[in-house]
Amino acid sequence: MSADSGTAPVLELRDVTKNFGPVAALRSGRLEVEAGSIHAFLGENGAGKSTLVKVVAGVHRRDSGVFRFQGNDVDFSSTAESKDAGIAVIYQEPTLFPHLSVMENIFMGRQPTKSGRRIDYARMYAEAQALFTRLGVAIDPRRTADGLSIADQQVIEIAKAMSLDATLLVMDEPTAALSGVEVERLFTIARALRDEGRALVFISHRIDEVFDLCDTVTVMRDGEYVDTRQIAEVTPDQVVALMVGREVSDLFPKTETEAGDVVLEVEGLSSLGTFHDVSFSVRAGEIVGLAGLVGAGRSEIARAVFGIDGYDAGSVRLSGKRIPPRRPTASIRAGMALVPEDRRQQGLVIDQSVARNIAALIRTRLTRLGLITSRAENKAVAPWAAKLEVKTNALDMDASTMSGGNQQKVAIAKWLSTEPRLLIIDEPTRGIDVGTKSEVHRLLSDLAAQGMAVLMISSELPEVLGMADRVVVVCEGRVTAEFDRSEATPETVMHAATHVGGHEAGATLAEGVEEVTA
Amino acid sequence: MTSTIESAVDARTYAAYSRPLWWRVVMTREFAMIVLLGLVYLIARGGVENFDSPLTLYYLFLDITPILLIALPMTLVIITGEIDLSVASVMGLSSVLVGIFHAQLGLSIPLAAVLALVAGLVCGAFNGFLVGYVGLPSLAVTIGSLALFRGIAVGLLGTEAITDFPDRWTDLVKERFVEGPSFWSGFPLVLAVVLVLIVVFVLLLHFTPFGRGVFEIGLNDQAAAFSGVDVARTKLTLFMLTGVVSALAGIYFALRYGSARGDNAEFLELQVIAAVLLGGVSIFGGRGALHGVIAGVLLIGVLSSALRLESISSNVINIVIGVLLVLSVISSSLLGWVSGLRRGSTPSVPPSNPPDPGTSPGNTGTSSASS
Repeated sequence: MSADSGTAPVLELRDVTKNFGPVAALRSGRLEVEAGSIHAFLGENGAGKSTLVKVVAGVHRRDSGVFRFQGNDVDFSSTAESKDAGIAVIYQEPTLFPHLSVMENIFMGRQPTKSGRRIDYARMYAEAQALFTRLGVAIDPRRTADGLSIADQQVIEIAKAMSLDATLLVMDEPTAALSGVEVERLFTIARALRDEGRALVFISHRIDEVFDLCDTVTVMRDGEYVDTRQIAEVTPDQVVALMVGREVSDLFPKTETEAGDVVLEVEGLSSLGTFHDVSFSVRAGEIVGLAGLVGAGRSEIARAVFGIDGYDAGSVRLSGKRIPPRRPTASIRAGMALVPEDRRQQGLVIDQSVARNIAALIRTRLTRLGLITSRAENKAVAPWAAKLEVKTNALDMDASTMSGGNQQKVAIAKWLSTEPRLLIIDEPTRGIDVGTKSEVHRLLSDLAAQGMAVLMISSELPEVLGMADRVVVVCEGRVTAEFDRSEATPETVMHAATHVGGHEAGATLAEGVEEVTA
Repeated sequence: MTSTIESAVDARTYAAYSRPLWWRVVMTREFAMIVLLGLVYLIARGGVENFDSPLTLYYLFLDITPILLIALPMTLVIITGEIDLSVASVMGLSSVLVGIFHAQLGLSIPLAAVLALVAGLVCGAFNGFLVGYVGLPSLAVTIGSLALFRGIAVGLLGTEAITDFPDRWTDLVKERFVEGPSFWSGFPLVLAVVLVLIVVFVLLLHFTPFGRGVFEIGLNDQAAAFSGVDVARTKLTLFMLTGVVSALAGIYFALRYGSARGDNAEFLELQVIAAVLLGGVSIFGGRGALHGVIAGVLLIGVLSSALRLESISSNVINIVIGVLLVLSVISSSLLGWVSGLRRGSTPSVPPSNPPDPGTSPGNTGTSSASS
């Protein structure tokens, strides 16, 4: 590589767009990374960071826009191409071959060979050892990858990237699962790589880490580039403001409701390694937003409350009655409903008809002498489809033929048909178009107005702030803050979710977590 | 703001079906199998000497009865995406047990049969527990239990055979509805049992909440669990059903041939599974109907019967059935590919949703091409 890296960026993306069917994941992605620097790449969940990274990695192809690497126009159609060009992407949870040795993982597909195409294990060992010495870590190259900590697995991915002599390393939330000591080691390695003249892109939700490590920061929001700044010139609060900055209030048709009796009471719920000592309650007529970052444990809490997963300690009560763990049928009978996060895998049986999907939970009620007919199902289902204005030709169409928004309506109709007292809805508007989005919001608001208790999990901050009467913030499996509607602002919630400054409770809890995992 | 949910009621009505009735009946794998069965039957009647005699029909029914019986619960198992390869071994075991209980322990045939049925139930529960609750793959579990149950059966009797069954019972399973030369003498009495079980299984699969759950598990067991379907218990139940029905078939087998041997009904599981798949049940689970499976069993029966009358060796019969099975699997994936093609090219097939205002229409082409 020539020495003119100061003028031309190693990686240059401008006006990159990417659509998935009707969903625009990237409207105008932009990222310019210089050699010899660590570049922070920030944005809320769904801002388009991951999509842009996947374009760089060759997982997705952009629909339009400029994509230059080392000054040349490139268009990767596979991850192999981007690897060959010198780009290494390290994901949050590395995917190693668990039963192979560490060195075999590093040299997978390009093992050094002796005569007769035999693998030269001695050389492989020496090279792996040399890499680890450069990285300053002590991992035996001959041990199997099975049982290595996530931090060590990441180090192996980094070693792999170095052995490929990658000029650009992209690290997608590498610190999410690391303890304090491990984060420090990773940062030391990252700085060493920067000093070797490589370019690094660092994605993290922890603002303090960004300020600790990075030189430059690029912020994205809603699939669009917002700004690029030198870290030295901005404050953490300014960066959070860039990430969030938009008007929230008028988008969401929240009607004021009078909160009634407590419907859901969760007390001290703990599940080892997922969440710890989670307590909150939801009243009738109230929408409680469960906010936090992806991976904070929100969905896991919902699943445990509903009984899909078990828990180690704590209790769940619905209208005062204890709900047994691990029994979804009991929860449904008690009046609980869960519209899960992943509607294609969990919310709906996607290859089944609309009618059977909506009738799935009420079909025992539709039997006569123990027998059920399609006619009875269709008859029971039609009013629910109508209430949610599901758009379909006929009730026997497979749910898979419908748009995401309509699928979500079917999923909601399915759960409302049980006439629940508590509706838990996980990511109610993920991947659906703007029009349907506001329909769903209006529906949730109306349901609460009719006295239903609603627990809404959302990664979209505006949605939480616009819809919720109360916001419970979860960070790394713990409830770090609880706000009333009036107290909840993008800044306060984001701070509690990332425990940047301010919240002492959040900060101390986080240190506790780090000690436990270390 | 008034409630929008309330105001939307009656705003929209839905057709129950997107296609007319004849389409939903005719354009299916099951119907194709029934037509094929009819064709093969007519050709055999016209071309094969003696095929239309009641005696041919009679032996045809006696031959396919075990396959037909086991195919019923096997259909449900395969629709959940699992498989039970141990059914023929359970048959062998139950026939041996009937022999031992009756001839060596002196129990009456009904009591011996009940005990054999219980043994079948236990065998099925063993498979079902490992598959449903332990979460092991059914292919591996039932290959193991195929060997295990067969091993027990052979171990109990060694190479000897128990042939000491009372005529009353061996005659009963071969009894006809009507004696004499009429067409109706081609129907053995045992068909009554088969018919009852067909009705039971059709109702269970197609007309109960349990059956709806069976399909959902096959299509997506995770979503089924989220909807409160007890996946593990359903699988346990189904394997117990294949176990007990296989035991019933084993008792029939022993009485029909008057012989309880360890190697009774070896390799019958392959015919059962072939018939189920031929009948349009997806090996990946989630799709299938019992009328297709019954047609598949009958097709195998008619084909082997006709070819045998033509003095064609059983190897050739196996080749024909094998080719048919491969063709049927190819045709279904071909059908899926063709309908996928149609869905992609004609936008009128999926429901007409207005385009999303958030996207520019010019990009849709490139995004679908690259994804």
